[in-house]
Amino acid sequence: MEKHQQERYVQLENVNMSFVTKKGIFNALNNINLDIKEGEFVSIIGHSGCGKSTVLNLIAGLLEPTSGHLFCAGREIYKPGPERAVVFQNHSLLPWLTCFENVYLAVERVFESETKAQLAARTHAALELVGLTHATDKRPNEISGGMKQRVGIARALAMEPKVLLLDEPFGALDALTRATLQDELMKIMAKSGCTAVMVTHDVDEAVLLSDRIVMMTNGPSAEIGEILEVNLAKPRNRLALAEDKTYNHLRSEVLRFLYERHAKKAA
Amino acid sequence: MSTISINKVQTKPIKHTKRLDKNLSNLIKTATIATEAAKAANKPAPAIPSQFSMQSKAFFQWLIPPFLGVCLLFAIWALIAQLTKGLPGPISTLKEAVVLFSDPFYANGPNDQGIGWNILASLKRVALGFGLAALIGIPLGFMIGRFEFLSRMTAPVISLLRPVSPLAWLPIGLLVFKAADPASIWVIFISAIWPMIINTAVGVSKVPQDYMNVAKVLNLSEWKIVTKILFPSVLPYMMTGVRLSIGVAWLVIVAAEMLTGGVGIGFWVWDEWNNLNVEHIIIAIFVVGIVGLLLEQVLILIAKKFSYE
Repeated sequence: MEKHQQERYVQLENVNMSFVTKKGIFNALNNINLDIKEGEFVSIIGHSGCGKSTVLNLIAGLLEPTSGHLFCAGREIYKPGPERAVVFQNHSLLPWLTCFENVYLAVERVFESETKAQLAARTHAALELVGLTHATDKRPNEISGGMKQRVGIARALAMEPKVLLLDEPFGALDALTRATLQDELMKIMAKSGCTAVMVTHDVDEAVLLSDRIVMMTNGPSAEIGEILEVNLAKPRNRLALAEDKTYNHLRSEVLRFLYERHAKKAA
Repeated sequence: MSTISINKVQTKPIKHTKRLDKNLSNLIKTATIATEAAKAANKPAPAIPSQFSMQSKAFFQWLIPPFLGVCLLFAIWALIAQLTKGLPGPISTLKEAVVLFSDPFYANGPNDQGIGWNILASLKRVALGFGLAALIGIPLGFMIGRFEFLSRMTAPVISLLRPVSPLAWLPIGLLVFKAADPASIWVIFISAIWPMIINTAVGVSKVPQDYMNVAKVLNLSEWKIVTKILFPSVLPYMMTGVRLSIGVAWLVIVAAEMLTGGVGIGFWVWDEWNNLNVEHIIIAIFVVGIVGLLLEQVLILIAKKFSYE
């Protein structure tokens, strides 16, 4: 039983998702089945509008599936929970709170039984983990986009989640900042060992970070097209991988899926 | 000796460059120091006058347009006063104002009190009516914004009652309260409540979905949602509503008091009209304008204090 749970830590069973819109019913996801192992890093990649963020929101518990079931650690997901933390694309920090207060808000809810000093210590530790000790008392509008996203990551990690859900976490950042944060995320994930699901549209990011890449077909009624195992040894180094054969092969596999078999018609 | 004093002075004005409007006193200080330094050095120090002239130039550029506007107003007023029999010009009004404001707090019975008492009486009514409106309107706005059902329920009532002229409510007030004072407070209340309800409700419905998602993911309690997310994000909208409300309240008080009588700036205007004291009416117009301006400025200051940007 325990073995079974580890193998299928996060589980999506025959998940369908439809939205009621003004133009009628829009069928976003069609029959999604996916098992994620404990400690695994899974990326979901696809063209925009394919419903990859919907999959993430379903796992987060922000949406309920029209039909089908989702499980996390053997329990059905029906609402957000502290074991599943989310890093939002646009950081979603509250602008009237300092970095410390933003993280503290999450911490105090999860660890309700702890003293204020313990909670503050957790908050400081999370900010230190993402290298933001110097920005503790700054407000989000006083720091750069990369730093905001770090605070978002710190907020999620401070909850000590079992599953980290990342919704295009670095999509809004410039290429250099993105690379730095990807490297840091790899280190943090190796240290914490928690399961992660990341939505992305960046092929390099997906190959660099993931153990498996879930490639989705175009919507409406998007499905899982293919799942690619990324059998590259960890820790990974982006410079070394640039010359690596397997890496480049995997990369072109994803590109071929996205631009040959499931090319999106020009809008 | 003289070179040292110049060095000291040259470093000083650089600190003062940040805010122009704030810095009139600094400007004078700098200027004094500059002249002293120039005397001590016995030759003009080149950097300092240019600093001073830049600041003063910017200050005058900032001042000239509003100053011209006010001058124009007085000129037109003086011209019309020349052509109209019985309408006092700026100078005779100013003379009268000096007399009036030399003793603003006298009291010779209920119908003859100083202008200070009249202003305070009006402000008190506005404060009461507006305060009650805020007390009911803001929480109501929150609930309307938070619950779709309530919003749809109140929508027809609000759209029906909001366009009604404030003074139309006065007879109802007189009938229900059987007294003039509560009736005028009632009129203030009913006319000031709408902007606060509507703006607060709009603010709540405009809270970014991202923030609500954060609340859901962090599983925040309803209390934390209200204090940490809803309230700070609605605050700018709410303050706009409050500002509109206090503007309306101050507009309405003059008219209401004209009808109800008693002590108050509106009644005072009507009383002076009966006495055919036109200078006083014009003074009252300025007083109403200036008090309204001050109320608005105070609220803008408060709003700035609460804004997080």
